[in-house]
Parts: sequence; C-alpha cells; structure tokens
Amino acid sequence: MSEEDVLLQRLRAGDQAAFEALLDRYDAPLRRVARSFLRTPTAVEEVVQETWLAVVTGIDGFEGRSMFRTWLFRILVNRARSRSVRDARLITFSALEGDEGPAVDPNAFGEDGRWRSAPARLEFDPETRLLQDELRSELVGAIESLPDQQRVVVTLRDVVGLSAEEVCEMLDITEVNQRVLLHRGRARTRAVLRAPLPEVRR
Amino acid sequence: MRLFSRKASPLVCRQFVELVTDYLEERLPARERARFEAHLAECDGCAGYLEDMRAMIATMGSITAPADPHTREALMRAVRDLRGGEHGDV
Repeated sequence: MSEEDVLLQRLRAGDQAAFEALLDRYDAPLRRVARSFLRTPTAVEEVVQETWLAVVTGIDGFEGRSMFRTWLFRILVNRARSRSVRDARLITFSALEGDEGPAVDPNAFGEDGRWRSAPARLEFDPETRLLQDELRSELVGAIESLPDQQRVVVTLRDVVGLSAEEVCEMLDITEVNQRVLLHRGRARTRAVLRAPLPEVRR
Repeated sequence: MRLFSRKASPLVCRQFVELVTDYLEERLPARERARFEAHLAECDGCAGYLEDMRAMIATMGSITAPADPHTREALMRAVRDLRGGEHGDV
C-alpha cells in the first residue's frame, strides 16, 4: 500500500492530519491549473475549495480504479470548465497559443545551427548547485510565468506526474498538441531559470 | 521538419533541442532516434542541455508547498461543518 493509499484510508476514517497532508501536496498545483481556466482570484479560490470539499464528500465513493491525483484533477478541471463557461474565460486547447517558431531561442545558434557557445548549465552540480529549496522556488516562479496552456500541461505532467494519456483525456486535446505544449513549456521554464533575473516575462 | 528525406543527414544543435521532448517521451521513430543519439554522443553542449532538462523535470516532480494558512483554515472549517455530524474530527 502506497503512502498515499494510507493517507486516503486515514481520510476516510476522518483523520484531519491526513487531509492536511493532501492539502500540502496538491493545493498549490490545483491553484496553478485553476488559474489557467479562470479569470479572477475569487473564482480560483472557490473552485479549488469546491474541489477539496468534493474530495471529502466523495472519498468513500472513490474506488481507486484510477490514481487519486487523476481523480482529483479531473474534478478540478471539470469544475473549472463549467465555471469558466459562465465567467466567459474558457481557454480553448483547440487553438495552441504561441505555436509559431522554435521553442528554444534561435539566437543561441549560429548560422551553421550549432550552439554559438555551449549553453550555460543549470546549477544542479553538487559543487555549485543552488540549494534544492531555492531551486524549487525558482522553478515554481518559472512555471507560474508560463502561458496558460503550457502551465496546465507542465503542471499536470511534470509537477503532479499524470501520464500523457490522462492529460489528453482531461483537457480533450490530441497527443501531438499535448506534446507540443509540454515541449514549449519545458523549454521556456528552463530559459526562465537560466535568465539572469527579472526581465524574462512574457 | 525533416529537410532531406532521402538520406539521414546529421542533426545540428538547433534541431536537437526541438526534439528533446519527443525523445524523452519515446515518440521518435527509430531512425530519428538514432540521429538524435548520434548527435548526443558527440556534442557536449547538447548532452548538457538534455541532462539539465532531465534534472529539471525530476526536480519539478519533487515540488511541494505547504498550503496557504488562510486557505487551510477556511477549508478545515468547511470540512468540519460538512462532516461534523458524521465523523467527529475532520
């Protein structure tokens, strides 16, 4: 039984600490995804809270046929979508945003297509690396700065750990579009991480 | 994307970086994968790029953030109201 299964069992038994542990794990990514669908912070807050309440009321009916996180994010996306229809902000995944041009800055390469100079490494190297916590908080900032569609896909795939199939189904997009968004989102996240400091916004 | 369909010409860095996700997702056809890996073997810049990308993805999977205290408070209250009669503590 996984650690998460244990949490869920405790949640079913009404254990408050188990609920808090799930909150710590998933509240931030839920918000990040909700923010891509909804216009106002109030709407985000409400949809995320509704989702958590739906978890508490529905946990007995959750049969574990899918993973908990799949179930959780499906609830969120469905609610955010019906809410965003009302609030007239529906990000449509049928039209990919920023889909033109390469994902990596072409100026990094010379006319022969090779790196002008070897790309600066992210500092994961044990000798020089940023403290892991610092790196994580930079990563969070970088993901936050992504365009909506990319932020949803990168969050669901890389932060939450859903599969490509699950994300396609949840967002109703093709496998190719999912991969394009993931690719652009990752390349951009990496570019923002490498950026000296403030400028790189959209 | 493929400019020369007849012969598998070597990749250059600019093309390599655009194939990184397809490679990591195991979506490159065998021939493309071979070109990708051939370039990887001889280009330190691209090898570093790919390695960083893998490390970055792994780090994204380990992000956790304590929920905002205000939210936590509001939710715990709502949950208590919701289940109050049923289970006592949550």
